[in-house]
Amino acid sequence: MNEARFKQNVAFTVLGALTLLIVIPILLVIVYVAINGAGAISWSFLTEAPRNGMKAGGIFPAIVGTILLVIGTMLFSLPLGVLSAIYLVEYASDNLFTRMIKLSVVNLSGIPSIVYGLFGFTAFVILLHFGTSILAGSLTLAIMSLPVIITASKEALESVPFAYREISFSLGATRWQTVRYCVLPYAIPGILTGTVLSLSRAAGETAPILFTVAAFYLPRLPRGAFDQVMALPYHLYVISTQVPNIPLSLSFATALVLIALVFLMNLVSIFLRAHYRKKRLW
Amino acid sequence: MKRLWRRISEPIIELCIRLSGIVVVIFVFLIFLFLLRYSLSLFRHSPLGRFLFGHQWLPISDPPQFGVIPLLLGSVLVTFWAVVICVPLGVGSAMFIAEVAPKAIKNVLKSFVEILAAIPSVVLGFLGIIWLGPVLRDTFHLSTGMCGLTGSLLLAFMALPTIISISEDALTGVPRSYREAAFGLGATRWQTLWRVILPSASPGIVAAVMLGIGRVVGETMVVLMVTGNAPVIPTSILQPLRTLTATIAGEMGETVGGSEHYYALFAVGLVLFVITFIINLIADLFLRRARK
Amino acid sequence: MVSEPVMQTFGLNCYFGSTHAVKNVSIEIAHNEILGIIGPANSGKTTFLRAINRLNYLQRSYSQTGEILLGGQDIRTINDNLLRKKIGIIFALPQVLPVTIFENVAYGPKVHGITGKETVSRIVEEALKKAYLWEEVKDRLQEPAVRLSGGQQQRLCIARTLAVEPEVILYDEPCSGLDPISTAKVEDAMQQLKADYTQILVTNNTKQASRVSERCAFFLMGELVEIGPTHDLFTKPQDTRTDDYITGRFG
Repeated sequence: MNEARFKQNVAFTVLGALTLLIVIPILLVIVYVAINGAGAISWSFLTEAPRNGMKAGGIFPAIVGTILLVIGTMLFSLPLGVLSAIYLVEYASDNLFTRMIKLSVVNLSGIPSIVYGLFGFTAFVILLHFGTSILAGSLTLAIMSLPVIITASKEALESVPFAYREISFSLGATRWQTVRYCVLPYAIPGILTGTVLSLSRAAGETAPILFTVAAFYLPRLPRGAFDQVMALPYHLYVISTQVPNIPLSLSFATALVLIALVFLMNLVSIFLRAHYRKKRLW
Repeated sequence: MKRLWRRISEPIIELCIRLSGIVVVIFVFLIFLFLLRYSLSLFRHSPLGRFLFGHQWLPISDPPQFGVIPLLLGSVLVTFWAVVICVPLGVGSAMFIAEVAPKAIKNVLKSFVEILAAIPSVVLGFLGIIWLGPVLRDTFHLSTGMCGLTGSLLLAFMALPTIISISEDALTGVPRSYREAAFGLGATRWQTLWRVILPSASPGIVAAVMLGIGRVVGETMVVLMVTGNAPVIPTSILQPLRTLTATIAGEMGETVGGSEHYYALFAVGLVLFVITFIINLIADLFLRRARK
Repeated sequence: MVSEPVMQTFGLNCYFGSTHAVKNVSIEIAHNEILGIIGPANSGKTTFLRAINRLNYLQRSYSQTGEILLGGQDIRTINDNLLRKKIGIIFALPQVLPVTIFENVAYGPKVHGITGKETVSRIVEEALKKAYLWEEVKDRLQEPAVRLSGGQQQRLCIARTLAVEPEVILYDEPCSGLDPISTAKVEDAMQQLKADYTQILVTNNTKQASRVSERCAFFLMGELVEIGPTHDLFTKPQDTRTDDYITGRFG
């Protein structure tokens, strides 16, 4: 075997080893949490409220809270994100202002989640007097989710063949009519996939909801949008760091439920992507 | 009647679309403005220099000290070690996935990376407390496992998906003609990868690393939970320390609205904002160059 | 009897960035004529055609100088949407929307505010008949349009253009992807439409131009070299360049 070949085998083996070094811990993490947490998962765990200062009982309010936050985030971020993407793809011309918008999207995606928490706290909780509430938390998470939704929607819109727009314009349709009838319907799969992915991330975030919505121990369900709520990520954080002597299986179970929820949403997004790729009309 | 509705509704819709376009810019400005305004409230009491260069972060002493250096160094140290670990791992994996792995395995590997990206940071923090911390404590004979290294390891793990996916994009984006030219000259796959593809993809890989760094600097929950609670200038990665992000998250609940401490945390937020802004700017520049 | 031209261009220049695609073209187009435009590739024929219904403006680098008049009125004073209703276009490759045959033809009337199932159905049927497609599709209007053959799709494009009741119809090398039978059907349709519409046909195929058009214009590298009755242009061209192109010395 000549020298170049030998070097190649060594190099490729090293690269493979590095990859394995990443893949194995991923598997271990999932398995570790699953094994240790599965024992405590039961119907009552999922549907009851916590008792005894969180040392017993279930996590139902936290599950509900997370779901409510996800819905709230979607309500604010989806329309705004899609409309922004429509502007960027269909209306904006190639000028400095457009580049500023694109740069802002990149910047928004790089801002640390705790800074979003600070902003959400001052803007929504204090200034707009929403108080720590589902509303404040959803708005904060929505701004955080905007870049992902905008980027995914942009890609979806740009992938629609230009011919459709050309046909529509050549028949005398206005720009909005063209977008509404000949572009948007065909971009919806991509938009949906990106939205679900973005929401799955929002579901797992803790920092933005620390000061804007999360409640420490609230064993009842929320009474409205201006009410506080428990949330799975925050709950896991609190029982790991601030509640002594909690049965470890409960903590693992909480982690497992959180991971399961996030993974479920990811799977939905992947399924949507594959499903619509098959049905593609062009 | 319907025609009249159409005449009115359409300009309104188009106005909403145009406004939505600006909204993103407005949010960036607003966030910056809010941070700035509250930071300025701090700088009225204790001057900017003492904040930026002060060596002590003692919010509850009398008088309180708000020097950001311990926190900054905490972030820098944790980030440094995280980067040292995740860049070779990440870029190496990207190379493996893009150029070496056969197609079937490639998709499996990419799925794994997506799975990793989906794990919430609080879960990793939890595992750091339960498992990784004690392991490191016993391995290095430390007094506590809640130290910088625990954080760096977990942060490296978290930044991997970013680095891997963007690097992989950069590598597969290298034009086929480059590869074919190299093969035509008799190069092996490895030689092609190392001497032709990697250099050609380097702007994209640099961007990937920068974005990974940005991710690490901005991470809150993991460092809050595992790096200990010691806002002092760190002397070693094996000691407890405090990052910028953990400070805000950890102390915000203890401040009184309108107090100096309260404003100081916003100033820390401003520092974070500026750092990540610059990192993202640089990354974006490299990404543009990569696209050409 | 001299009738008013339906369209006129004066000193039209078209630019894509710094590329000067159409140079100083002035043409008059008479009512109900079929004007052929011939010339080699990149001679500016398509750009000229698409300048007439302002479709070039979909490209961000486009600019133009000179005037284009429709019925004596500068087209810049006419709303783009109304202009494109009056001037329809058939593209080179048949492009259909991914919806049913019926919906393809009904799209034009829909965006111009025509509602009412009866009205729209009637319009669709008339348009398909005028395009010589009705007999072939009348029983499958709810099928996806992409299932039609190339020639049928192209006639569908004609139908959808007719459905908005244009005055002028532009054709941009409409038969370039079609077999001879489909081509013949499209050319038949054009002849029948002559009575009610003015048509401009850009084509790479000189034989088609001589079959279909009454007047013909020869474009070369963005310039209008010669224009005249088709028969004269082909038998006794006045410019040597025209002669060279027609006899095939270059193509």
